[in-house]
Amino acid sequence: MKPAPFEYRAPASAEEATKILAETGDDGRILAGGQTLVAAMNFRMARPAVLIDINRVGDLDYLHTEGGTLKIGALTRHVAFEQPVVDGPLSAFLPYVAHHIAHLPIRMRGTFAGSCAHADPAAEWCLVARTLDAEMVARSSKGERVILAADFFVSILTTDLADDELLAEIRLPILDDSWRLGFAEFARRAGDFALTMGLAAAKIADGRIVEAKIGIGAVEDRPVRIDAAEQALVGETPSPQLFETVADIAANTVDPTSDLHASATYRRDLTRAMTRRALQQALGDAPDQGPGG
Amino acid sequence: MSLVGQRLKRREDGPLIRGFGRYVSDMAAGATFLRFVRSSFACGTITDVTIPDNIRAYTIEDLVGVDPIRPLLFRPDYVATEQSVLAKTHIRFVGEPIVAVLGSSPEEAEDNAERVIVAIDATPAVTDVDAATTTGAVRVHEQAADNTLVDAKMRTEGLNDAFANAAETFEIGIESGRQSAMPLEARGGHASFDRRTGRVTLHASVQAPHQVRTGVADALGIDEALIRVVAPDVGGGFGQKMQLSTEYVVAVWLARHIRGDVIWIEDRHENLMASYHSRDQRYTLKAAFDDNARLLALDADLRCNVGAYSTYPVTCGVEPLMAMGELPGPYDFREYGVRSRGIATHTCPMAPYRGVSRPVITFAIERLMDTAARRFGIEPAEIRRRNLIEDFPYTSVTGTRYDHGSYREALEKALETIDLPSFRGSQQEARADGRYIGIGFSTFNERTGYGTPTFSTRSMEITPGYEMVDITMDPSGGIEARIGASPHGQGLATSLSQIIADETGVDVRKITIVHGDTDRTPYGWGTFASRSIVISGGATKLAAAKLAEQISTLAAHLLQANPRDVVLSAGRAAARGKDADVGIAEIARLAYHQSHQFTGNAYEKMSARASYDPAGAFANACHVAIVEVDPSTGQVQIKRYLTVEDAGRLINPMIADGQVRGGIAQGIGNALYEEIIYDDAGNILTTSLADYLVPTAMEIPDIEIVHLETISDATITGAKGLGEGGTIGAPAAVINAVVDALQPLGVEIFEMPITPQRLRELIRDAQSMQ
Repeated sequence: MKPAPFEYRAPASAEEATKILAETGDDGRILAGGQTLVAAMNFRMARPAVLIDINRVGDLDYLHTEGGTLKIGALTRHVAFEQPVVDGPLSAFLPYVAHHIAHLPIRMRGTFAGSCAHADPAAEWCLVARTLDAEMVARSSKGERVILAADFFVSILTTDLADDELLAEIRLPILDDSWRLGFAEFARRAGDFALTMGLAAAKIADGRIVEAKIGIGAVEDRPVRIDAAEQALVGETPSPQLFETVADIAANTVDPTSDLHASATYRRDLTRAMTRRALQQALGDAPDQGPGG
Repeated sequence: MSLVGQRLKRREDGPLIRGFGRYVSDMAAGATFLRFVRSSFACGTITDVTIPDNIRAYTIEDLVGVDPIRPLLFRPDYVATEQSVLAKTHIRFVGEPIVAVLGSSPEEAEDNAERVIVAIDATPAVTDVDAATTTGAVRVHEQAADNTLVDAKMRTEGLNDAFANAAETFEIGIESGRQSAMPLEARGGHASFDRRTGRVTLHASVQAPHQVRTGVADALGIDEALIRVVAPDVGGGFGQKMQLSTEYVVAVWLARHIRGDVIWIEDRHENLMASYHSRDQRYTLKAAFDDNARLLALDADLRCNVGAYSTYPVTCGVEPLMAMGELPGPYDFREYGVRSRGIATHTCPMAPYRGVSRPVITFAIERLMDTAARRFGIEPAEIRRRNLIEDFPYTSVTGTRYDHGSYREALEKALETIDLPSFRGSQQEARADGRYIGIGFSTFNERTGYGTPTFSTRSMEITPGYEMVDITMDPSGGIEARIGASPHGQGLATSLSQIIADETGVDVRKITIVHGDTDRTPYGWGTFASRSIVISGGATKLAAAKLAEQISTLAAHLLQANPRDVVLSAGRAAARGKDADVGIAEIARLAYHQSHQFTGNAYEKMSARASYDPAGAFANACHVAIVEVDPSTGQVQIKRYLTVEDAGRLINPMIADGQVRGGIAQGIGNALYEEIIYDDAGNILTTSLADYLVPTAMEIPDIEIVHLETISDATITGAKGLGEGGTIGAPAAVINAVVDALQPLGVEIFEMPITPQRLRELIRDAQSMQ
């Protein structure tokens, strides 16, 4: 449970970090919060030849609001989201989601961007980025490119980032007060990896749903949107019956993975339960928190 | 005022919570680090070991003269096996140590271990008891047909008649998942060779230092005098640390070989894979009841997976023999048939774990009782009321004597505290709302504090469990008690100090308890099996009483009084009926430095020894859990947890509460969370704490405790043991509550742990039937 030998570099700027990445290619790994990477290194499952520690690049730790977008820096810790950081429905929503991420000591160190770059399908921020249509800013020594979250998450622990790219910023659209949000997660214990997460976002006009985003995490190899569920919501008035119908659609649409912790059948059941719960929370009369909430 | 019975704060906690504890890994400075190359296959033959030139690594061929470990039971049905301290040719479980590798740091030792190449010709493994006992199954040990290492049976004469004449008979199958005792601190040892004396001091995270010394010395073929074993602060044991780990034999051999210091600190991955497991058991129970729902007879087939090797000193008989002897539990019935087997498989060996087989047998019997209650259409509490033993002392169907207990009283007290009728009312209302809440009971007794009179019935080559205590007063009037028990979190130093203070009148702050050091303590059996407060406590009381009597003689001389009239209290010796007293410290000073003032050798009166070796006392309890089940996810939430327990006289009720709560937390883990999983090839899949789930403070509810105190006539202090009771009672209470909650769906559960996934499967099946 001690890491294999590695070279340690601690660049002072983002430019220097991307320069080292350009030199090391796939031998180099960025160390941000290290809450997954260091454990993987201790198990010797991750064996980076060069560890590029960006923790001294202070100007990567920021939250900016700019033109309807929340800009999240590469070093912004999970704990930064435990307080409201934007106006509108995300104000309460992001802290609620953040509290589902592991435990406080981990949230003190782990980062939003690190979580996205690691791309664990069970990561809360990956689901948020995917469902709320974030833009991911990749920076290399050659420049910057913007990747849509829809294209960013490729597969389990795999993103569209190239070996020489640093995930420098995430741009999350800020939602106005016409949006309602709900999030439900099932995990075995407080702070455990999710076995299934549901995220529901719906825009309401005159009591009807005019736009909807339904995202499911920890079920497939990446966070997924359920188009059929979204379509089923649009034009409807929220009701428990609608939530049941949409939850069934989500459960029947996903193609769940099976592993030690949950079979595909169980994940399908949980998809139904978490979708219903997220919808209830977003659109119902009383928030449903239940034992698994 | 008597200190026994007081909620005295634990004397051990100050240094521990301030970070002044001293654990094995605190001794690493200057030592050479030891790492084991372990098998990644469950079964096979080692064909080659390649060690790079610049690496110090050792195979069993290098460990010349080291004997295998050979645990023995003198039973005709026992098949003896042996375990080489490093695997020789045959591999029998994933994680079995093969090569010992040294390095100057933990990192370097791990790097070096990676560079050692072990070639194994892997062959199919057998991992579960039913496959292992199938005709033609692969044999784990050549000499063990059907892989059966222990095959114990008993049968009362009237068993068949009881079944033939019964009003109701039925059968249930019980399955318990494999679990780890999961001490916070994994195993570890620091072996230091002293060039001056030629001795090795082994500091190790163990529960029974004297047996570790005997075992290591025997394996190395050297005198015990050449080894000192010290258990420093130990971060939990729960049974996992009472067996002789082969790694310690290797560490001591290496310290002698390199004539220096060697340290091995087990990591969590190794601990989950290669330290001991437990509770992997399957039972078939047949029960016969009369028309009043009274249990008449029980016929049981118990199959215990004991893993790849029998372990030293308690052997692989510990789980099957305990299960067979104690299955009848707190219920009054007279016909019993049982076959109990210890079955070898290609999995990690077993060690006792808090409660040993009793969490499983209690789960089995309590599920059986609930199943019967359902068949008779009566409350679970009612069937217990009709079957619990009420007249004591009681001789069980296995011939065991139960001392006085409060089996019925505990149940009634629990029912009154929980208000069952009111719960049933709110349960009905919840069901009308589509919510599933349920209540579960677990009533049990447990044998605690047993010595050689009981252990000898297991026919072990090494039979525990007397305890000796040496007690000495120093010239300043302080008392030192040296004990053979080896506490590691139980607060025993505090509890024993309370007993000594009451006997001698010496302030508790002037009392020191020395334990866990073979150079400093009399031979003893360490701390396990809910024994220490009973046995070491009893020996301590006897030794302290002897010392007090001797001090009284000296005081009588000084006060010119009759020794019988001397009263020791608050640090002084006073003579009844006289207006004269003398400080105990003053007496000690005189006894050592002015001994000529006394007749006889006064300084000899400053020391005493006593021993204690009881047959044991039965503690009892009634646990009640109230749960809510989310049928859509299978999630179980414990809404309320109550235990009414009776461990006789409580020496320190606060410590007792801590033991009960910690035990229940582990029992809840056993009920809902913890399971070690192997695949069919014998690969262990749960080797990190992300895969092997232990409940945290967030998952454990508040635990309400009601103490009853039936003062035991079977022990010197009136105390019974209670270290294991929480763990024993919890799985049955929790799972009975889950079944009760799901009655509208008709879900029945006969397995533990019941994980949300498995529970959801049962609910899904039940829903599709409706």
